Amino acid sequence: MKNQQKYTALAVTLSLGMLLSACQQNSPKTQLTLTGSSTVAPLTSEIAKRFEAKHPGVRIDVQTGGSSRGLADARSRLANIGMVSRNLKGNETGEFQSFAIARDGISIILNTNNPVKILSNEQILNIYQGKIENWKQVGGKDAPITVVNKAEGRSTLELFLGYFKLENSQIKADVVIGDNQQGIKTVAGNPNAIGYVSIGTAEYDIERGVPIQLLPIGGVEASTKTVQNGTFPLSRPLLLVTAKPPSGLTKEFIDFAQSQEVYDIVKQQNFVPIATKNVAKTSVR
Amino acid sequence: MSLKPQSADWLLLWTLRCLGAIAGAIVIAIVIFLVLEALPVLQQVGIGRFVTDPSWHPAEGFYNLMPMLWGTLLAMGGSVLIATPLGILSAIFCQYYAPKWLANLYRRLIELLAGIPSVVYGFWGLVVLVPLINRLHPPGTSLLAGIAILTIMILPTIALTADASFTKIPSSYLLGAASLGLSRWGTICGIVLPAAKSGLFTGVILETGRAIGETMAVLMVCGNVVQTPHSLFDPIRTLTANIALEMAYALGNHRSALFVSGLVLMGAIALLVVIAEAISQEEIYG
Repeated sequence: MKNQQKYTALAVTLSLGMLLSACQQNSPKTQLTLTGSSTVAPLTSEIAKRFEAKHPGVRIDVQTGGSSRGLADARSRLANIGMVSRNLKGNETGEFQSFAIARDGISIILNTNNPVKILSNEQILNIYQGKIENWKQVGGKDAPITVVNKAEGRSTLELFLGYFKLENSQIKADVVIGDNQQGIKTVAGNPNAIGYVSIGTAEYDIERGVPIQLLPIGGVEASTKTVQNGTFPLSRPLLLVTAKPPSGLTKEFIDFAQSQEVYDIVKQQNFVPIATKNVAKTSVR
Repeated sequence: MSLKPQSADWLLLWTLRCLGAIAGAIVIAIVIFLVLEALPVLQQVGIGRFVTDPSWHPAEGFYNLMPMLWGTLLAMGGSVLIATPLGILSAIFCQYYAPKWLANLYRRLIELLAGIPSVVYGFWGLVVLVPLINRLHPPGTSLLAGIAILTIMILPTIALTADASFTKIPSSYLLGAASLGLSRWGTICGIVLPAAKSGLFTGVILETGRAIGETMAVLMVCGNVVQTPHSLFDPIRTLTANIALEMAYALGNHRSALFVSGLVLMGAIALLVVIAEAISQEEIYG
């Protein structure tokens, strides 16, 4: 009998302990979920790692799926924070709170064997619409142009179409690609290809000897410098969005992601940090 | 505890029934899931528009899947047409002409070819094959590149199944042929190929299945432009590539339309199986 009592006491203590620890695990304050743009995700996971190191017990889950998913998940509260790699459009600005954590630029890339060094917006527009089909027509070799376009739904495509005021159905593409890396590999392997990718990614690959060149847009050199000082026309903010004004851990994380403490991570990921003043402007809506 | 013979049988019977039911239920569950996910766009847009729309631009409300169905079928058909004779002939060489050491080495190599992940094939295609074709006829990413990559990928399937089915031919057949004084080629044509017919047919079905379902490698070398190809050098997009390329970024009707791509793919495969079944009933087992 005595033994039995002992076991009961032990069992009660054990189950109570388990219950308590289970409660702690389920407490909503210790986990954050971020979903959205595949451009922003690598940056946020690095920031999240540093945040987790500073706040033991906090777990941050970063999932990709595109800007549209980031907005949808933030709206439906599936995620605490959505990641978006473009400016908010129309009624999205009223619906979401947005916080810029970095900037990214998109520019045209060509193979280094292509003698063409500059293209006007008009020429780029005509090339992508299939009205110019040979490099000869824009001062290059006598060779047909291979137009590389992005798959539907990618934010890079949306930004490109928005800047050149195009519909995707107007583009006559020869190759349709998924991510930036596939675009860079396609252009690096084809001297007559033209594509557009994130400037940060392209600069990183150019430094490592990949045979591609970045072209200026509207006379502005394509580099992280011009993206940072805001002169480069084809650029986008990388945003964290929430459906409600953030509070608690969500607010803490967003503040951390915007602080100077993570500028080195932003630069490491080939993005451009935003000056603190701009941050204040974007966060007040 | 020992079971009586009857109860052991009973246990086995029901275990097997359960396992069989699970295997069948998974397929049915996947189809139901595909239909449920595809239903919103099928109700709003209708089945007809997937055939009659001017193009595939789901963000703008155009959902024509036909060019991608053609792309899938052409890439599959082309690669099966090339890989089948190549695979069967290589197995014949391996079994009846090659010296033993060479045959063994050759078999190991083909097995190695079967084990390479498809992304690796795709990457090789993108950096080696596509630039080569580009020099021949730009843009390089094309139906031809897709057929070439798929051929290399499905070749081991047909080569190994053909090899295995040749091994299973009773040696009395071959001895009989030898005693009749048939030439080696005569033996292969008159005895080996007819005797191994069902095995070869299984190999063709397997390779066709692999060709139609392949995604990553095709995604990387085919160019993914949605159009009905007019030449081997035109870029194409297959149904599988379409799903892989756009699924991560699709919402609403666009997402549903991708599930319709999946359904069409399922339908195409089901049709293939039915045709294969009909042929095998008549020609091979009949």
